[in-house]
Amino acid sequence: MAPQVDALYFFLVALTAFFTLLISGFVVYFAIKYRRRAADETGVPIHGNLKLEITWTVIPLIIVLFIFGWSARLFYTMARPPAGTLDVYVVGKQWMWKFQHPDGHAEVNELHVPVGTSVKLTMTSQDVIHDLYVPDFRVKADVLPGRYTHLWFKATKPGRYRLFCAEYCGTNHSGMVGWVVVLERAEYQKWLAGGAGTGTMAQTGEKLFKDLSCVTCHKEDTTGRGPTLIGLYGKAVTLDNGNAVEADEAYLRESIVNPRAKMVSGFQPIMPTFQGLVSEEGLLQLIEYIKSLKAVPSNATGAAAPPAAAAAAATPGKK
Amino acid sequence: MDTAATPHANYLTDGYGLKSWLLTKDHKRIGLLYLISVSAFFVLGAVFAGLIRLELMTPAGDLVESDVYNKIFTMHGVIMVFFFLIPAIPAVLGNFLVPLMIGAKDLAFPRLNLLSWYVYTIGGVFTLWALVNGGVDTGWTFYTPYSSAFSNSNVALVVVGIFINGFSSILTGLNFIVTIHKMRAPGMTWFRLPLFIWAHYATALIMVLGTPVIAITLVMVAAERLLHFGIFDPTLGGDPVLFQHLFWFYSHPAVYIMILPAMGVMSELVAAFSRKRIFGYEVVAFSSLAIAVVGFLVWGHHMFVSSQSVYAAMAFSLLSFLVAIPSAIKVFNWSATLFKGSISFDSPMVYVFGFIGLFLIGGLTGLFLAALAVDVHVHDTYFVVAHFHYIMVGGTIMMYLGGLHYWWPKIFGKLYHEGLARVSAVVIFIGFNLTFFPQFIVGYLGMPRRYHAYPPEFQLWNILSSAGAVMLAVGYAMPTFYLLYSLVKGKPAPANPWGAKGLEWETPSPPPTHNFDTTPVVTEPPYNYAK
Repeated sequence: MAPQVDALYFFLVALTAFFTLLISGFVVYFAIKYRRRAADETGVPIHGNLKLEITWTVIPLIIVLFIFGWSARLFYTMARPPAGTLDVYVVGKQWMWKFQHPDGHAEVNELHVPVGTSVKLTMTSQDVIHDLYVPDFRVKADVLPGRYTHLWFKATKPGRYRLFCAEYCGTNHSGMVGWVVVLERAEYQKWLAGGAGTGTMAQTGEKLFKDLSCVTCHKEDTTGRGPTLIGLYGKAVTLDNGNAVEADEAYLRESIVNPRAKMVSGFQPIMPTFQGLVSEEGLLQLIEYIKSLKAVPSNATGAAAPPAAAAAAATPGKK
Repeated sequence: MDTAATPHANYLTDGYGLKSWLLTKDHKRIGLLYLISVSAFFVLGAVFAGLIRLELMTPAGDLVESDVYNKIFTMHGVIMVFFFLIPAIPAVLGNFLVPLMIGAKDLAFPRLNLLSWYVYTIGGVFTLWALVNGGVDTGWTFYTPYSSAFSNSNVALVVVGIFINGFSSILTGLNFIVTIHKMRAPGMTWFRLPLFIWAHYATALIMVLGTPVIAITLVMVAAERLLHFGIFDPTLGGDPVLFQHLFWFYSHPAVYIMILPAMGVMSELVAAFSRKRIFGYEVVAFSSLAIAVVGFLVWGHHMFVSSQSVYAAMAFSLLSFLVAIPSAIKVFNWSATLFKGSISFDSPMVYVFGFIGLFLIGGLTGLFLAALAVDVHVHDTYFVVAHFHYIMVGGTIMMYLGGLHYWWPKIFGKLYHEGLARVSAVVIFIGFNLTFFPQFIVGYLGMPRRYHAYPPEFQLWNILSSAGAVMLAVGYAMPTFYLLYSLVKGKPAPANPWGAKGLEWETPSPPPTHNFDTTPVVTEPPYNYAK
C-alpha cells in the first residue's frame, strides 16, 4: 500500500506547490505592477466578475472531488484485510506493546512477521487509548480499551521497521516504541521453531477456560446451563430480545466481561462478569480457544488445530 | 471641525484611576483590557513553546523529565488555543472595532461585555493555579479515558478553568450578534457592512452555538474523574470515543473561530492598501457564513483512525473537502482585489503578503489531511502540527499583528516606527517558515507528535525547527518594543493615517468616549475609494 499512498501524497505535494506558486506569482506581479505611484491615487473600482468567480469555484471543486475519490478508494482497500491473513493479537498498555501469535509466541515491543504475507493485527488496550503506527508501511490505527480494532499490512522487503505509539498515552508515550521485524520466509520458520512458550494461544485459552470453570456451564453438548460454544465463532446468535448478532471477537469479549449485555435466547442471566478477572491477553486466548472449537467436537488439544510449526514448539515448555 | 480640542476629549483620557478601567463599560477600554490579558497569555504560551523547541534539539529526552515535558506541551496548547487564539482577534480588535465600524456608540450589552473580560480572567486564573499546583499532562485535547481515569495531574482544575472561560466566548458572541443586528447606523445596510463585520458575525454564531458543547463535555470529564460517572471510561461502561466526537464537534469549529476573524482583518487590509473595493464582496461575505455552517459538519476528520466506520470516514472526508472551497474562493478574491489597485507596502500590507503565503500552504496541506489514505499516515504526526500552526499562527497571528499595526494609530493615537514594523513582519515570516516547514517533512517521515524523545534520524529537522523558533521569537519581541515605545514617544496619529475608508477612520484618533460626536449616516457602499 505504501507506494499507492505515496503516489497520492506526491500528487498533493505537486498540487500544493503549483497553486502556491501560481497565486503567489499573481500576488507579486500585481503588487509590483500596480504599486502606488502617487499619494492620493486610488484603485480602479471592480465589483467582481461572475464568469471568473464561477471558474475559480468550479475548478477547485472538481479537483477536490477527484482527490476525494482517489483517497476514498485507496482507504477502502486499506480498511479491508484480504482473506487468509496471518493473525497476530496486540495488547497495548502503558507503555509497551505485547504481541501474541496464535502458535503461542509472545513478544514485547517487537513483532516478527514473514515477508510477502498479509498480516492482520487484532488490537486492544488494557488502559488508555494507544495507536499502533508503522510509518514505513503507511498504516496506523487507534488501539482502544474495551474494543477490538484491526489493522493489516503486507511487508514487501525484509528489514527492521520502526513502530510507534501515535496516540498520546501519558508519561512514557514516546518510549512506547518498537520494531516490526520482517523476515524472509525461511528465516521466519526458523524464528517460529526457536524458543517458543507455553503452547498455542488456543491451548492456553483452553487451560484458562477450565481454570475459570467456564466448562461447568458451557459444555460440548446442549446440557449445560450456558449455551455450547462449539462452532459458535462467526455464527449468528439469536438474543432474548429477538435480535440476531454475529458471534465475532467483539461479541465474545463483551459476553465474557459483561454477560448480561446480550443474552442468548433461552438462557437465564446467571453468568457472573469476568471483568478484572481475566487480562486482555487472557481474553484473546479465550477467544482464540472458542474460535478453535470447530463443529466436530473434541476434548483434546488437537481441537485447536495449531499451525504445524507451533505444535512441535509447544510441547517442551508446557506447564 | 473640532471645537472641543481639549486633551481630555478621547476615551483614553476619560478617567485615569484604576477603577475607571476595571469598571469601564466602554467597549474600547474593554478591548484594551483584553489586549493586556491576551498578550500576557501569549507570552506565557510562547515560553512553553520555547521550552518544547529546546527539549527537541536532541533526540534524547534530556532537558526535562517526561512528565514535565508532557505538561509543557499541554500548557502550551491550552493557553494558546483557549486563552490566546480564540479571544485574540474578536475580543481585542472585534471589541474595539465592531461598534466603530457600524457607527454605534457601544456594543449592545456593555455590562455583559465587561463581565466577559472578568469571566475570561477568572478562567485564566484557574488555569494558572492548576499550573502552579503541578500542571496538567493530558494534551490540550483531554482525550479520555486518560484524562478521566488515568492522569495524575490537575485535570479537573484546568477543565473548570476552560469551562468558565467558555462563557466569555458566549457573551462576546451574543453581544456581537445583537449589536450587528440592532445597532447599525442609519444607512448601514447589511451589504454596506465592512467584511470584518461579516466575519465577526459568522464567528459569533460559532461561539454561541459551539461553546456550550465543549463546556458540557468538559463537565462530563470532570464528573467522571471526580464522581466516577461512567460516560467515557469503558471499565465503567462508557465509550472513550464518544468524548472525541463531542470534543471535536466544538474544537473543529473553534478553528474557524480563530481563522474567520483573521479573514475579516485580511479583507480590511487588502482593501485599504489597494485602495479598492474587495473583489466579489458578497461572495467573500457569504463564504464566511458558509464556513461557519459547514465547519460544524466536519469534526469526524479528526477521527479517521479512531475506529470510525469506513463510510462515516468517507462522509467526513467529503465534507472536509467541501469546506475548503469557500476558503479557496476568499484567497482568489483577495488576490484579484490587487488587480488594478493602488498598492502600498506599509507594514500591515507586509503582513497581508505573509498571510497569503502561509495561508496557502496551511490550507492546501489541509487537503492532505482530508484525503483519507494520506491522513492515515500523517495523522498524529508532526505533519498535522505543522499544518495547524500554518493556519493558526501563519493565519491568525499574522492577521492579529497586521490588524494591530493597522489600527494601532486609531486605538492609541500614536504612530510607531514604520521601518522596524516592516522588518519585524519579514522576520516573523521567515522565522515562521523555518520553524514549521521542517515539521511537514519530519511528520511525513513518521515522527509522532507529543514525543519527548525521538529516533535520531529526525534530529536534523528538529534542529532547523528550533533555530526557526529563535528567529520567530525575535520577530515577536520586536513589535513589543517599538509599539510600546510609540506610546511614549510616537508622533500623534491623524484621524486617517492610511487614507482608508470605513467609519472608524472618520472619527478622531483616539476616538471620543462615545465614538462619534454625531451619529454617522452612511450613504455609500463599503470600500468606496474611487472618486
